[in-house]
Amino acid sequence: MDDLATMLARVQFGITAGFHYLYPPLSIGLGIFLVVIEGIYLRTKDPLWRQVARFWTKVFALTFAIGVATGLVMEFEFGTNWAKYSRFVGDVFGSALAAEGIFAFFLESGFLALLLFGWDKVGPKLHYFSTIMVCAGAHFSAVWIVVANSWMHTPAGYHVVQGPNGLRAEITDFWALVFNPSSMDRLSHVLIGAWMAGAFLVVSISAWYLLKQRHQAFARASMKVGLVFAVVASLLQLVTGHASVVGVAQNQPVKFAAMEGHFPASARADLTLVGWVDELHQSVSGLTIPGGTSFLLKQDFTAPVPGLLAVPANERPPVQITFQAYHGMIAIGVALIALSVFAAISWWTGRLERQRWLLWVLVFAVLGPQFGNQLGWLAAEIGRQPWIVQGLLKTRDAISPNVSSGQIIMSLILFTSVYLVLFATFLYLLNDKIVHGPDPEDAHGPLAKLPQKITDALSGHRADGEA
Amino acid sequence: MDLNTIWFILVAVLLAGYAILDGFDLGVGILHLFIRGDDERRLCINAIGPVWDGNVVWLVTGGGALFAAFPEVYASAFSGFYTALTLLLVTMIFRAVAIEFRSKRPSHAWRHGWDIAFSVGSFGAALLLGVAFGNVAAGLPMDAEFNITAGLLGLLNPYALLVGITTVVLFAMHGAIYLVLKTEGELQARIRTWVKPLIFAFIACYVLTTGATLLWQPHLAANMKAQPLWFAVPILTVLAVANIPREIHHGREFLGFLSSSAAIGLLVTLVGVGLYPNLLLSNPQPEHSLTIFNSASSPKTLKIMLIIAAIGIPLVLTYTAGIYWIFRGKVKLDKASY
Ligand code: HDD
Ligand code: HEM
Ligand code: HEM
Repeated sequence: MDDLATMLARVQFGITAGFHYLYPPLSIGLGIFLVVIEGIYLRTKDPLWRQVARFWTKVFALTFAIGVATGLVMEFEFGTNWAKYSRFVGDVFGSALAAEGIFAFFLESGFLALLLFGWDKVGPKLHYFSTIMVCAGAHFSAVWIVVANSWMHTPAGYHVVQGPNGLRAEITDFWALVFNPSSMDRLSHVLIGAWMAGAFLVVSISAWYLLKQRHQAFARASMKVGLVFAVVASLLQLVTGHASVVGVAQNQPVKFAAMEGHFPASARADLTLVGWVDELHQSVSGLTIPGGTSFLLKQDFTAPVPGLLAVPANERPPVQITFQAYHGMIAIGVALIALSVFAAISWWTGRLERQRWLLWVLVFAVLGPQFGNQLGWLAAEIGRQPWIVQGLLKTRDAISPNVSSGQIIMSLILFTSVYLVLFATFLYLLNDKIVHGPDPEDAHGPLAKLPQKITDALSGHRADGEA
Repeated sequence: MDLNTIWFILVAVLLAGYAILDGFDLGVGILHLFIRGDDERRLCINAIGPVWDGNVVWLVTGGGALFAAFPEVYASAFSGFYTALTLLLVTMIFRAVAIEFRSKRPSHAWRHGWDIAFSVGSFGAALLLGVAFGNVAAGLPMDAEFNITAGLLGLLNPYALLVGITTVVLFAMHGAIYLVLKTEGELQARIRTWVKPLIFAFIACYVLTTGATLLWQPHLAANMKAQPLWFAVPILTVLAVANIPREIHHGREFLGFLSSSAAIGLLVTLVGVGLYPNLLLSNPQPEHSLTIFNSASSPKTLKIMLIIAAIGIPLVLTYTAGIYWIFRGKVKLDKASY
């Protein structure tokens, strides 16, 4: 099909997926956080934790609603823009999408009703159970879609046969498909990236309250759990990220070469920390460790690694953007490890609240995981080009033949403007929520049915009211 | 029964489930602007509050099931309805976030804006879904590679528009009955007065659509003529529709609601029976049609999917029933409400 339509369809997919992917990571990350918080509340019966749980539940509801609205577009987009792709992979890919609906979305949306509206309708145990189910549902949504997407990177468990309308892939081994070579590495990496997004959101808002000296008891409680969570997730992300790199080097050597900016058909590969790709002269300039990449992959500084020139020019992805996205992600990952560990130590030694600059850094750190997640997807998806399904189907052969560029432009403009409105509204309401702060009445749980003084005496300190 | 037929039925069940469940919350949205007063509007939104998202998932899962079981149909229908689907998605986005956002701020302008988004979004979604359904029933021009060649204007033909309007009225009626069930006092009394006119409007549309179908879409009756047992479906449909005013008249709203649910389910079944074994009928060249055989995934995939469905559907039905049970009874506004 014509290149303009392909380009537009790709831009549209990138924008809609990128927008969708702002929200689910927050839902997944906050989901875990809510399970922990409500667990603490159930154990301690301290109304403060109930207040913490309810505040973050409302933030969760906000991200969830936009996650659903933007997800709807994704579900239809394969059919609208990528009809040929859908015909080719439906047999393999569709089952994962259907499983996602049946196992994940129903679970999440059903129990969310109890989580949001059920505080006074069901007992605390059933409410807690709903919180766990919502969290599980959010994680399951990631499972099936990432499995499907991983199959596009490292196809397995299928064969290509003649279908009613040309060639198509069919399942031969379901479990080989599910556990394709990259799915577990990528799934763990995606989920932990989502935990980071949730953890840093909590840390950021708490840090802001501490700076403004508002809702301090609330902020300290959230900060404590948020920081632990941020440290653990950031460290784990390095582990799963490393596993992903090794996997990419093995299964998608061309993508790997683009991520590292490694051109020679077969040579020692350097490790570039920051750099710029000169696509014309096929070289990279910047801060490099000679042989570093060879060492990371093969524990040998001189081991040869295949590069971009090993494949014909029309099978190479855009190098600069893949390279920069990949390096940006790693830089963010390393920075967030340093930041979270340092902040945790400050917290531990009781200095955090006096280090105002550090609190300010934490306020803005919420952007880190979001950029990391977006850059990671850019590297993964663009690095796979020109393939839409690695080695099987090219992106330009995948789009809908009967959809015109004009139609795509129309929907592109429409979706982009709707998403910008949604994004602005989301920020506005989130800001509103933050300025408003936790609701003092939310501390009134079953325990607080007792007069406030008795509750305070029981729990040792006073629930945090308006500052 | 062969696997392909089982999947035809399962997809139809998902779509019918979607129409019944999301039908009433789209209906609540269509009626929204006619409801006066902020508390009253909040009550109506909260009547669907705990369930609307789960209802939408029926469509999402229906789409997924179609993709998995009949990928050719998913590809042809979605690319062929490109512009209509884009508009449908925009309406659904606005109505979804309007529910969530509306009551987040006290400002009158804010709430009024989202009220419009909710109501217009619901109306648009119901209309577009109905038009799409009408086109699928009537058949579409398709080429030898199963690409639909009708543009947006081709989709907006009189027959499809009639089905679209019928859908809007049907959902509005279904939603009004649901609201009568969920509200009380003065608000309930007011909504109750809407139910009868809506029922009669629907019956009028229904008669018109049936007439138009017999006149212009005789192919939909062919299966029934070949196997007269199937005439039970239209007869049951008529009975279910006729039963709605009777139940309402006797003040048995819940039975009225079940009756309108049954009517919706039967209407989907009716079209299913009419189309079988076609999924996308090519009109005027029937040899380019997508049937449950030439559009299906491999038997192995259909079998795997059946296992997934066998595990998933009972689970889904269990907790969906649980949620409806827990939130049964009249809505009340409290702190957690929208
Ligand atoms: C919080 C966000 C975040 C952070 C800090 C990192 N990543 Fe990442 N990365 C992602 C979020 C992410 C992601 C969005 O989740 C991706 C996109 C696709 C995927 O599977 O995960 C991803 C993809 C991705 C890929 C491509 C996988 C593929 O193409 O199949 C590699 C090789 C890495 N990551 C490696 C790393 C390394 C070595 C990191 C060092 C700490 C790192 N990532 C930090
Ligand atoms: C997990 C499910 C996903 C699947 C199945 C998927 C699949 C696809 C498809 C079909 C395309 C279009 C063809 C192409 O240009 O490669 C694409 C491109 C793209 N996707 Fe994904 N994607 C998924 C998730 C995401 C997410 C969550 C993001 C978030 C940032 C993302 C970012 C992109 C971008 C930026 C492009 C454009 C790449 C380019 O045009 O070179 N994808 N992906
Ligand atoms: C391109 C591929 C994708 C498609 C087709 C897709 C589809 C959808 C749909 C239809 C919904 C709404 C479900 C509902 O009505 O409840 C949704 C929500 C969601 N999606 Fe996606 N999605 C994609 C990518 C992803 C990725 C990569 C992740 C996570 C890693 C993800 C995680 C979620 C979550 C957690 C939700 C629930 C809403 C929320 O929590 O914000 N999705 N998605």
